[in-house]
Amino acid sequence: MKILVSWLESWVKDAAPLDVATLAERLTMAGLEVESVEPVAPPFTGVVVGEIVEVAPHPNADKLRLCTVDVGQGEPLAIVCGAPNARVGLKAPCALVGAQLPGGLTIRQAKLRGVASFGMLCSARELGISDDHAGLMELPADAPVGADIRRYLQLDDAVIELKMTPNRADCLSVLGVAREVAALTNTSVTPPWAPGAVTERDHPLSPQAPLVPSAGFTAGRAVRLDAPEACPRYLGRWIRGVDPTRPTPEWIERRLRAAGLRPIHFLVDVTNYVMLELGQPLHAFDAQQLAGDITVRWARDGERLTVLTGDEVTLDAATLVIADAQGPVALAGLMGGLESGVRTTTTEIFLESAHFTPSAIAGRARRYGLNSDAAHRFERGVDPEGCRRALERATALILEIAGGEASEVVVAESPAHLPVRSAITVTASRLAAHLGVPVNADDAARWLEREGVATQVVGETITAVPPSWRFDLAIPEDLAEEVARLIGYDAIPAQMPEISAVMGQSPETCRARHAVRHFLCTRGYSEAITYAFVEKRWETEVLGNAQPIALANPIAAPLAVMRSSLIPGLVDAVAANRKRQVESVRLFEIGRCFLSAEPITAVTQDALDAALAHQQPLKLAAIAWGTAEPGWTEAGHRAVDFFDLKGDLEALFTPETLAFERVEHPALHPGRSASVWLVQGKERTQIGVIGELHPKWARHWELKPAPVVFEIELEWALARRKPEYQPLSKQPMVTRDLAFLVPEGRSAAELIAVARAAAPQALQSVWVFDVYQGKGLPEGMKSVALRFRWQHPERTLTDAEIDEAVVQIVDALAAQCAATLRQ
Amino acid sequence: MGSEWVREAEAAFAAATTVAALEDAKARFLGKNGVITNALKGLGKLPPEERKAQGAAINAAKARIEALLEAARARLEAEQLARSLAAQAIDVTLPGRHRSVGAPHPVWRTLERVEALFASLGFSVADGPEIEDDWHNFTALNTPEDHPARSMHDTFYLEGRSDVVLRTHTSPVQIRAMRAHVAAHGAASELRIIAPGRVYRVDSDATHSPMFHQLEGLWVGPTIAFTHLKGVVQAFLHAFFETDALEVRFRPSFFPFTEPSAEIDVRFMSGALKGKWLEIAGCGMVHPTVLANGGFDPEQVRGFAFGFGLDRLAMLQYGINDLRLFFENDVRFLAQFA
Repeated sequence: MKILVSWLESWVKDAAPLDVATLAERLTMAGLEVESVEPVAPPFTGVVVGEIVEVAPHPNADKLRLCTVDVGQGEPLAIVCGAPNARVGLKAPCALVGAQLPGGLTIRQAKLRGVASFGMLCSARELGISDDHAGLMELPADAPVGADIRRYLQLDDAVIELKMTPNRADCLSVLGVAREVAALTNTSVTPPWAPGAVTERDHPLSPQAPLVPSAGFTAGRAVRLDAPEACPRYLGRWIRGVDPTRPTPEWIERRLRAAGLRPIHFLVDVTNYVMLELGQPLHAFDAQQLAGDITVRWARDGERLTVLTGDEVTLDAATLVIADAQGPVALAGLMGGLESGVRTTTTEIFLESAHFTPSAIAGRARRYGLNSDAAHRFERGVDPEGCRRALERATALILEIAGGEASEVVVAESPAHLPVRSAITVTASRLAAHLGVPVNADDAARWLEREGVATQVVGETITAVPPSWRFDLAIPEDLAEEVARLIGYDAIPAQMPEISAVMGQSPETCRARHAVRHFLCTRGYSEAITYAFVEKRWETEVLGNAQPIALANPIAAPLAVMRSSLIPGLVDAVAANRKRQVESVRLFEIGRCFLSAEPITAVTQDALDAALAHQQPLKLAAIAWGTAEPGWTEAGHRAVDFFDLKGDLEALFTPETLAFERVEHPALHPGRSASVWLVQGKERTQIGVIGELHPKWARHWELKPAPVVFEIELEWALARRKPEYQPLSKQPMVTRDLAFLVPEGRSAAELIAVARAAAPQALQSVWVFDVYQGKGLPEGMKSVALRFRWQHPERTLTDAEIDEAVVQIVDALAAQCAATLRQ
Repeated sequence: MGSEWVREAEAAFAAATTVAALEDAKARFLGKNGVITNALKGLGKLPPEERKAQGAAINAAKARIEALLEAARARLEAEQLARSLAAQAIDVTLPGRHRSVGAPHPVWRTLERVEALFASLGFSVADGPEIEDDWHNFTALNTPEDHPARSMHDTFYLEGRSDVVLRTHTSPVQIRAMRAHVAAHGAASELRIIAPGRVYRVDSDATHSPMFHQLEGLWVGPTIAFTHLKGVVQAFLHAFFETDALEVRFRPSFFPFTEPSAEIDVRFMSGALKGKWLEIAGCGMVHPTVLANGGFDPEQVRGFAFGFGLDRLAMLQYGINDLRLFFENDVRFLAQFA
């Protein structure tokens, strides 16, 4: 909210004049954050109101004219001027010789195309007041010639912009901010219609006596509250005989403009003005457009209303309306109807000042796509005791501006439904415990009184009744905040809590996420963070997820569904890097993936963890693309491949054993992808997938050759086995290398499994040390060389034992894998 | 005569630059027809009285020559070794053969430090769903439907469901952590957690990303007060930015789930951002309704909570001026945080 400082000052005369910087600081530190302080005009001097008394053509220039300007002192000045609107009788700002204008311009006596000029007539832009530079700034006809323009236009003023939190709707008005300033400066607010400063509890702001005497006729229509829970109070007044041609006074326009509102017509301007001043939204109907009595009721489903913006809305039963005999004429607290609204010919109005409960208005503006200052206030809470005050204030202003006469006020009320401010009882020691500083009951009460809270202190106990305008004070903690604000948050010390020493935990059976991250960094992978919402196609086509979890309101089409895998995001990140001419990219990411949108209701930690793992698992994915290793070694000349990545994955899981099985995955090359299994004794758990990106997608992302990628569920990488010492054998080790010719479809894992099963227990390890396929071998065959290593824990193995084992292995491989020993 | 042979042998051995040449030279003196061998053979023809003296002289010369031969052999071997070592020399300036090293993401790097700092105060790390239900994200946090505070968060909803959102803050983890803790330890126990994580809001420009990171903190206990909130937050910020000269300011604000509530501003005393107040977190004393929704008894415990922008902490710490860099995954950017 923007407020002109002078307006605020007029409400807190005791505290004025306000040093704006100090004021801004104090408001900010009281929770009314001042976002900006803008002077109304930049500094300048020597500009007065001038009147053009004569205009003559310039002898040497078609576009210039020679003006004679009365500046209220001495002889009129001769001033050369090029403005199109320069004419006799116009009053405009005139910079005298010696004037300093914004931007550092100093006005001197000058010759313009051979004619002497003794000053300068100014546009609004030249004075830094607005961007208007179409011509000279036109001043009202009654502007006093010779008056200093800064004083006349009240330019030594500033606009403060406040960022209001939703709990302080009471501060969405000059009155509200003035109350806060008064509380902070320990002074009082002074309404412009009251003779002097009086405390608020004397109710100068809720005039018992009307500001304008009623002309002795009734409002002419009854008001019925059919939904008193939503509208417990409705005040109306008929004002007739107003002159619709009257202009809005300059001082109202100036204050509205500073607040960011465009003056329209005095009837609209006055209701806006009073709303800004007192916080109570008002609505003015054209009385001649209303038929019969007024009812405040819930709309009937399907009723229609064309509102002020010109939009026709279809109403539902959760919408409160103001209706006349023929139907809805306004959306209560939100926006008036177009038909019943005031226009430039309106001479009779019906002025509404009502209280709507926040829950009856909240959310409706958003639902109908209509925003209004009224709804903004009502849904946060408007002072129910302010209706009469605002109605009187607006009436007085209208009559002052446009004449006419006002009826008696028609009042409809349901006292049982009016908001009640219940007493809050709190002890000083509870406030002290909450804040951590000593609190004295009497001091606290005094502070609260300054905020308009009525207090009673008995011993240590404070009973506090919040004022009608504070919707945010309901529990003892709310009072603690008020006390803290008045002490000043800065004045409350910072202290570390005392804690009893407790030994922390360091389980051997899990490793930190950060250890996994560091491992991958060390292996050459940089850490990525990709968006959790992705292109729909990535899910449906790349991952084969027919029903991705879709957002109702995505920020953009490429961010429309929730990812079920990190893979497409990482591929996309690699592609983006390729476009930046990076030749080799390795990335990894740890992040949640989304498999179910069902709410998670589990309470205990174990159940919560299980539900998360099932529905929104944390996954770890890594991708590698480009040269296997930048540099001059042989790895620098080949592309990174499946086995580079597999090696990294296996290293991550060391000392656990992983198994890999060929798998079909829509994102991956069908011949070069595998499911990943964690093998723990006899148990095998599928933990993820690894493979080369499918050529189709590699083409789509313009990646050549295709990147390789793995994705696993993170939890498996975090689990560790606690090591258990096994005695070391002192016996000699025997190694045998055997090469087999096998059909190319046979996997290494198969050969090893068969060989292991056939070998006696003392076989310690077996691994592939060479694979060859091609020249010299029969078509469809490959050579796989295995290295076997035996060691018995207690004794030396004999050659005969080893030879026998080899025979068993060879026989088994021949029988089960069609493998023949190569000689 | 013996010394003559020694001189000749010395010269001949010195002249030999290969093993073969040395062996030839050796043969001239010690070979079957070498001068020494022949001289020894000729001893028998000498008269016995001369034989002894002559024999001793020849043998002395032989010993000298043999010693010279050994030295020459050693010299040649050393030369040979030096030659072969020189042939094996490598360009030690070529880059090492190793995997290049990757870099952690600056946000995670920051998170890791933050976790360590809070761990030192006994905080543990809690986590929760990112697709969150309306109750945990809003209602349980004292923000019922149509509460104006809901408009402070531009919320992502899931298609076809009004009860599920992408969490707009990490605060729902407070509720989950409290309920799990109370289930295990009772309604008057002490709880200290931080909950870092990704959060989502419908917002996107240079300073806003639709996905960003928050760091939630919560301390519940029987004696917790607002002064402690200030103490812990200030100590954390001083530790994180590694300067006690950092000014920390608490300013009244509003969040439905805390009372009193505050915004936290910091002001650096040096560097590019010197002298400006920068908003860095929201915090407050946990609202009794929220404690109750978490299962705690608000008459027995109080708590404080805070929420930092993790991305903002990282940006301030490393001088990053555009939030979007965090989500572009440019390896040239990431490499700076290795």
